[in-house]
Amino acid sequence: MKSIQSTGLSAINSIAAFGRAGLFLIQVVLHRPKSFSGAMSLLIKQIYSVGVLSLVIIIVSGLFIGMVLGLQGYTILAKFGSEQAVGQLLALTLLRELGPVVTALLFAGRACSALTAEIGLMKATEQLSSLEMMGVDPYRRIIAPRFIAGLICLPILCIIFSAVGILGGEFVAVSWLQIHGGSFWSLMQQSVYFSTDVVNGVIKAFCFAIATTWIAVFQGYECEPTSEGIGKATTRTVVLGSLSILALDFILTAAMIGDF
Amino acid sequence: MSNNFVDIQNMSFYRGDRAIYKDISLQIPKGKITAVMGPSGTGKTTLLRLIGGQLMPDEGKIFLDQQNVPDLSRTQLYEARKKIGMLFQSGALFTDISVFDNVAFPLREHTNFSESIIRDIVIMKLQSVGLRGAAKLMPTELSGGMARRAALARAIALDPQLVMFDEPFAGQDPISMGVVMALILRLNQSVGMTSVLVSHDVDESLSIADYAYILSGGGVVAQGTPDEIRHSSDERVKQFLGGLPDGPVPFHFEASDYKLDMDMGGQGK
Repeated sequence: MKSIQSTGLSAINSIAAFGRAGLFLIQVVLHRPKSFSGAMSLLIKQIYSVGVLSLVIIIVSGLFIGMVLGLQGYTILAKFGSEQAVGQLLALTLLRELGPVVTALLFAGRACSALTAEIGLMKATEQLSSLEMMGVDPYRRIIAPRFIAGLICLPILCIIFSAVGILGGEFVAVSWLQIHGGSFWSLMQQSVYFSTDVVNGVIKAFCFAIATTWIAVFQGYECEPTSEGIGKATTRTVVLGSLSILALDFILTAAMIGDF
Repeated sequence: MSNNFVDIQNMSFYRGDRAIYKDISLQIPKGKITAVMGPSGTGKTTLLRLIGGQLMPDEGKIFLDQQNVPDLSRTQLYEARKKIGMLFQSGALFTDISVFDNVAFPLREHTNFSESIIRDIVIMKLQSVGLRGAAKLMPTELSGGMARRAALARAIALDPQLVMFDEPFAGQDPISMGVVMALILRLNQSVGMTSVLVSHDVDESLSIADYAYILSGGGVVAQGTPDEIRHSSDERVKQFLGGLPDGPVPFHFEASDYKLDMDMGGQGK
């Protein structure tokens, strides 16, 4: 009986938390900035913190993933004598799937966890309370700039990741394994469509950005203001963020492929 | 027209099943310094948060400048808070900006002053708390007492109508304490600022307060002018002012029998 009760209670708590998160998102999205220049200055600061500081991990990961893909692709395709198609394989894999998904996972681990910890610590040190008591809405001053910065940065990081990955793959396939450069690029050009492959990848990245950044700012704002509470909230951000990315990826891929 | 800036009427507030306040009524007169004292855990900081609308009462009314706080919408509440300054117990300075920018923060948010005017105001406020030389330091470079003085400068930056001081004397050396007391008194006398002073420092608080409340057990146990409080015959007031461990105000948090607890080898938790 107790286990049924506790299951029911946790289900109710989850639904209530989801409801609060929904209201939270609506309030963040509907807030009115005090001035355009003030909002821009806050946004630029957050774009630097969330996006620019994530560049190193994105570029290095993109490079190595592209190189590994080039190597693996070459090994498999060479068995069928079609190693020239490695450029095609690289581009489609990175643009459609690996680019958005891996970038979002790295983003959740690096930027979103930092967002949760930062907001949580602001709550624990009463900085959010002091903003409220000064008549400054934390949604406007703290949450919205971080949320919007996440929406802007993740799609851009995804494009950078895919571009660097393709260059890494080109280095392995063309410079190292001596595939003809003309075949590498022309086959890629023939098979990649901007309106479907590139745009769909960016749309995926944007959807992942909404989910992960929303989770990150909400967890930070709702966390228990203790060191343990902040730690748990940061873990939840990474776990829930990663799972939501993978689940969303399946839904979006199914929707984008369309015909089965 | 009421002479009270804050008027709390029959207010109750619970944390879970525990009543922090039960049917309490309390007034903060305009332009006066009101001290709120009481043993630890009586909810003095909670009272300030209730006045500021960060917590909502379960019953009763809290009028802030004639507006009932629980009835205000989010926008109205943020508008009402512009009349308030609050010094938090921890200081609550923004750690990513300098002391100067912390004090300038409310001015930049709520006024259209030019940067040169803001600079002058900030320098004046920092001078008044003795931290003009620390303007460029980051909050992490300040001692606890200095951080609280910087937070005090920020709380009074806009010359709000009401300032709520949560333990303003904690962590201050005798010189700083004297400066802070003189500053609160000067603000009250020169611009008629209404002040609520939550503090454990009985002598200091009573020396500058116009009126004082002593809270305990979810209600007001004594109120009056500092002289009336000092000469109160109430046993609870005598115990609190004298700092006596034994008396009607319990030192221990509500618990089961000590001897019984010990006999049970810790199983009685």
